[in-house]
Amino acid sequence: MQRKHLTRAIAAALVASVILIGCATTPSETETVAKATAMLKASFKEQGQAKLDRLDQDDMQKTCSEYTGKALPKDVATRIEKENLGAIKWPADGKLLGDWKSGEKIAQEGRGMQYSDDPKQPAGANCYACHRLAPQELSFGTMGPSLYQFGKVRGYTDEMRKYAYGKVYNAEAYNACTNMPRFGHKGILTEQQVKDVVALLMDPDSAVNK
Amino acid sequence: MRFIRRRALPGAALVLALAAPLVHGQGSAVEEIAKYRAALQDGNPAELWEARGADLWKQKRGPKNASLDRCDLGLGAGVVKGAYAQLPKYFADADRVQDLETRIVWCMVTLQGFTEADAKKGPFGGPDRKSDMEAYVAYVTSESRGVKMNVSLSHPKEQEAFRLGEKMFYFRGGTHDFACATCHGEDDKRIRLQDLPNLTQTEGARKAYTTWPAYRVSQGELRTFQWRLNDCFRQQRFPELGFASDASVALTMFLARNANGAAFDAPAIKR
Repeated sequence: MQRKHLTRAIAAALVASVILIGCATTPSETETVAKATAMLKASFKEQGQAKLDRLDQDDMQKTCSEYTGKALPKDVATRIEKENLGAIKWPADGKLLGDWKSGEKIAQEGRGMQYSDDPKQPAGANCYACHRLAPQELSFGTMGPSLYQFGKVRGYTDEMRKYAYGKVYNAEAYNACTNMPRFGHKGILTEQQVKDVVALLMDPDSAVNK
Repeated sequence: MRFIRRRALPGAALVLALAAPLVHGQGSAVEEIAKYRAALQDGNPAELWEARGADLWKQKRGPKNASLDRCDLGLGAGVVKGAYAQLPKYFADADRVQDLETRIVWCMVTLQGFTEADAKKGPFGGPDRKSDMEAYVAYVTSESRGVKMNVSLSHPKEQEAFRLGEKMFYFRGGTHDFACATCHGEDDKRIRLQDLPNLTQTEGARKAYTTWPAYRVSQGELRTFQWRLNDCFRQQRFPELGFASDASVALTMFLARNANGAAFDAPAIKR
């Protein structure tokens, strides 16, 4: 342990000196970020439903951009998770599960929120783009973990239902800087759609749990 | 023109060849897709775009009735061979870093007398509309086939473009919190069955950058690297990336530089 700490301290000192030397010739991190953000604003143009405000970063987006590929400090992770957990709107009727068959359709649908999409049509969640779910669907991605038998393996408990709802609604509440979109928080899915996707994961009758 | 005799291959049969194995299991589906991709390599309709671009390049056009023959793509006026492999780069006459498209726009304005707005019109073609820019890009890139990527970071503005492009690559935003890095920052990931190149690693960056432009069989069109970036941002749920904008040059600089050392191998053909 001692040696590990020492190695870390030396590494930190080395990094610090490299940064100091670097500062003499290159602009600071803050300057580069500010310049990049201004460049984006000037280079993108609004199209369809995608307006320029999509380039306005919230705390999570800004912080996680900065830490991509680097270790996320624990206090920063805790801050992001707390902010996002506090922002979850739990269903007023207390029901967390909707219709799993409708959830399956939402999980298959990739359209929604692109400037080429009709904003009047409900958006999909495209879960299969990144996750394995129902075993019948062979065309699934590997960005996220397999969710096959999600409820069956974890148990059909109130706690798991609540976790599944919160995770689909706002994944940043549980895993800071995750790649997963915040489907409820960002208004991609409606409350009913989130419930339907939760049912796909947690209903014992769902194809996912067979 | 070796592709001509193969052009009549019915698209429906290709789609069936791709879709049929899906019912058997994913392993075999992935293998079949690989076979399908290999089969495509024999004959590439991109040659049509290359030939059209080469022809347009020599035509006298615009208010000044001049050709692009004297366009300096970075290796001297009129040199097209190998030029794409060292782009983007800093051009003293424009006092900015330019990628191929912004440089062609520059030549259309300065040599042919087009307005900048006119030169930037219709960068991407469709079923009813041919794009001259795509033809130019197909021609110029084809003249770098086999040439090693050699993008310089010696000028401060080149270094700045690279740094800004890198920041842009990691910039999370929009409704889905996506950055380029969300899908292109890890090895061996896929979206559905589509493999994703890891553009933060040399191997992934080289393979991806050196195989655009490409004739997309599924679209029946030649697509440029600029089109690829444009469509990535659409799927990222961002607004539209402006053609020949500073951001597109910066991101291209970041990705092109990461491909340094690899032999350029396009226009290619993709599914």
